[in-house]
Amino acid sequence: MAKFGKKKKGMPGISTASLPDIVFMLLFFFMVTTVMRETSLKIQMPVLPKATEVKKLEKKSLVSYIYVGKSKDGTPGDKIQLNDRISNVEEVKSFIFAERAERTQTDIPLMTTSIKADMDANVGTITDIKLQLRDINALKLNYSTRKGSALDNIKN
Amino acid sequence: MARRDTPEINAGSMADIAFLLLIFFLVTTTMDVDTGISRKLPEKQPEDVVPPILKEKNVFEVNINRRNEILVEGDQYMKVDELREAAINFIDNGGGSAEAMASEELPVCTWCEGAKDPTSSDHPKKAIISLQSDRGTSYATYISVQNELVGAYTVLRNRYSNKKFGKDFDRLNYEQQKEIKINIYPQIISEAEPTK
Repeated sequence: MAKFGKKKKGMPGISTASLPDIVFMLLFFFMVTTVMRETSLKIQMPVLPKATEVKKLEKKSLVSYIYVGKSKDGTPGDKIQLNDRISNVEEVKSFIFAERAERTQTDIPLMTTSIKADMDANVGTITDIKLQLRDINALKLNYSTRKGSALDNIKN
Repeated sequence: MARRDTPEINAGSMADIAFLLLIFFLVTTTMDVDTGISRKLPEKQPEDVVPPILKEKNVFEVNINRRNEILVEGDQYMKVDELREAAINFIDNGGGSAEAMASEELPVCTWCEGAKDPTSSDHPKKAIISLQSDRGTSYATYISVQNELVGAYTVLRNRYSNKKFGKDFDRLNYEQQKEIKINIYPQIISEAEPTK
């Protein structure tokens, strides 16, 4: 009879001794995966247009970014940012050459240029960049967009 | 006497510290995947290259002016949302007769479901979309148009692969995708230099 009485003693509390370990594991995961932004934007953060037919950019190490947008101080016209400073269109070539120099020979044909341009940028600026890229045979191009209906781009 | 036993450090707050750090990293982590429309630029042509002669019916002309208005085939104003439909009709027309196609060494487009209009494109392999914009066109419009044109090809490729393989184009293997990309619905979007 006494055996049955023992049941009533209640559940033992869950041991929380391993909680720090679990949390530390999660912590290390996030610490390792966090990528701090390398380049700080000297132009206004470009508002990317939306599109539906998007592809994911793979092999991030092979992507060079070109930012196009308005300047922070409100001067008119589109500004192009390469690495950490605002540049001319002509400097795109040397920028790509510098990017290529950091990669191995076999990776160069796989390199992609991603253009992150503001919705209000002019096609002319983009075309100038494209001509520069074509001149030096950097043919893989990606227009960075957000996912969403392309019809949202046009406000009318 | 006093230094007989160092008291143990209380590890009870370790979890709290770890949580705090964890939350910091959770918040700062951006798992943003870069997405975008991928295009390939044409190679630079030598100065003296003669452009191939194209039949006008095989070219689908899209112009965007500096006021972001879209003109199709030189005479039709269109909204962006009508563009995909128009491009599909053009690519999928398949109007070339057997004799006409034999001279081009192409099979008749048996998979086309278009109107077979003799005044529109002969074959998806012959159908060229020509896009011209102005330097003053806004990038948003330009991307929308590109998106719709690429979308037209996506719709057609998916339709074909669903019919033939029973799954979407993205799920096909490399060879099957290549076959569609080269022989069935090749993506031919040509960009003319923008008007000043």
